[in-house]
Amino acid sequence: MRLPESDIQPPRSARKRWAMDLGESSIEMLIRLCGWSSILFVLMIFFFVFREAFPLIGNSEFSFKEFFTSINWRPTSEIRETYGVLAMIVGTLSVTGLSMLFAVPLGLGAAVFLSEFCTGHVKETLKIVIELLAAIPSVVWGFIGYMVVGPLVVEWTDAAIGVNLLTSSILLALMSVPVIVSVGEDSLKAVPDSFREASVALGANRWETIYKVLFPAAKNGLLAAVLLGVGRAIGETMAVLMATGHSTRIPHSLVDPIRTLTATIASEMGEVSRGSTHYQVLFLIGVLLFAMTFLVNLIADLVVRGIRKNG
Amino acid sequence: MFSSTPREKRRRKIERIAAVTCFLFTMLLVVPVLAILTYLVVRAWPALSLDFILENPQNLMQSGGIWAPLVGTFCLVWLTLAISAPIGILAGIYLNEYARDNWFTRVVSLAVVNLAGVPSIVHALFGFGAFVLTLGMGKSLLAASCTMSVMTLPVIITSTREALAAVPISFRMACWNMGATRWQTIRTIVLPNSMSGILTGVILQISRTAGETAPILFTGVVFYAPVAESGFASILPYSVDQPFMAMSMHLFTLMTQVRGVSEEMQYATAVALVGLILLISGGAIGLRTWLRNHRRW
Repeated sequence: MRLPESDIQPPRSARKRWAMDLGESSIEMLIRLCGWSSILFVLMIFFFVFREAFPLIGNSEFSFKEFFTSINWRPTSEIRETYGVLAMIVGTLSVTGLSMLFAVPLGLGAAVFLSEFCTGHVKETLKIVIELLAAIPSVVWGFIGYMVVGPLVVEWTDAAIGVNLLTSSILLALMSVPVIVSVGEDSLKAVPDSFREASVALGANRWETIYKVLFPAAKNGLLAAVLLGVGRAIGETMAVLMATGHSTRIPHSLVDPIRTLTATIASEMGEVSRGSTHYQVLFLIGVLLFAMTFLVNLIADLVVRGIRKNG
Repeated sequence: MFSSTPREKRRRKIERIAAVTCFLFTMLLVVPVLAILTYLVVRAWPALSLDFILENPQNLMQSGGIWAPLVGTFCLVWLTLAISAPIGILAGIYLNEYARDNWFTRVVSLAVVNLAGVPSIVHALFGFGAFVLTLGMGKSLLAASCTMSVMTLPVIITSTREALAAVPISFRMACWNMGATRWQTIRTIVLPNSMSGILTGVILQISRTAGETAPILFTGVVFYAPVAESGFASILPYSVDQPFMAMSMHLFTLMTQVRGVSEEMQYATAVALVGLILLISGGAIGLRTWLRNHRRW
């Protein structure tokens, strides 16, 4: 390692020192600005998305009550446009919930396996494979859902078409598993080894240690892992756009086609004219999504902070 | 005397079941994905060739290759990198080296976490409102790159912060005691020792940028914008104020917008996109493993 050159040089003249201080403070200012930029970006995202949706207040063609309680999404109707997103909210929640039903046991099971039952090269290899799972882009997941998973679902169930709730839940589960595994494994790894040693010394075997000692000790981290997975599933766009079937009805069975909030924006934004009610409503859906994920992430963050304080 | 009681046998059985279940769950994730990827490659095989990569899409995208979207993705990735890497690395330095442990820093890191959690389609709406309309960039490569930069910023910030935190505090103390200022310490001691981690984060960010579709959907990507197939114009075809083609969007287009595309071509495009991304992120993972094994302290 090299020492800073200024330290092995004779004292500088006053002017040079002044110049150095100026350099130091300006670079520090720059670093601080960049650090603060993420707050700025979050505020800007909220501002710009909200700004386009704002004129809806006082717009006679639109009512907030209808927005949240109607299942009729007919933005291009000739007679009367209706903008009800209830079916899409139900769609988003059902696909998120169902995918978590797959992803949480699998993800936490894999996290336990990686952290407690497996060592050395096997562990490294499995971790890399799961990381690669995270690298597959969502448009490719959509493609896989449409071409591979969908036909399988049609074959194995009585689904009418391959693009439905079940297909997209499987995709979302596979997409949100990597974050659950990696955060879950980190939180299990963060439990001190002395806990494990104490438990084993008392005669508990490995599973009893995991179940009775590690799970309670790491529960905040595991919960945060699940919440991050939920956040990922709510916000996913391309895969659900291609594999949900795009039907604005409340699903009644596992293999009904659905539609999500994200997919609605993605598919209709290209065709609306700027400033129309339809355009503003799409931005309002954006605000709604922003609020939903913000809430989930905020809770996840508070939960993680909980561990740091108690642990 | 040493024979196990029924209760102990049961305990051991439960432990075995739990271990096997966890193993099966892991395999349930790993095996189908590897199987699907293999299936994709097998189905794409007939269409994969050098010509497929080097040709423009032709004949309403029903034939030809993926050259134009591939180049578009490269342009997008580099421009995004040029914008987000400096800001992200400096922000990571701020959070790890300058920020004190107070409420304001908590707000900053909460903002980073939330920025990472904002759905990609909301980023797209933001990019459309901010860059395309308000800043007047129009649907262009620049607007798409700016949108993508905001989206990938948290990845760079988080990985930079982790890489910096891995440098032992004693290194910094030694340097400060020599009379070096904060920035001198960072520049000469902290950054050289954490370069590997920062680099890995940046490369992983590249792979994410290459695959994303939603944020560029309304901010710059178009269905079709062919490029020259030879000469200088084939390498740098898109100027920053023009719309462009991208691999991810091209796959989406082939699947949903154009009729009569052969399945081989769709599979081949998907495989090319996955291959590109796995190449980049595989490189990052390899680099990280190598550097971890060669750490000097």
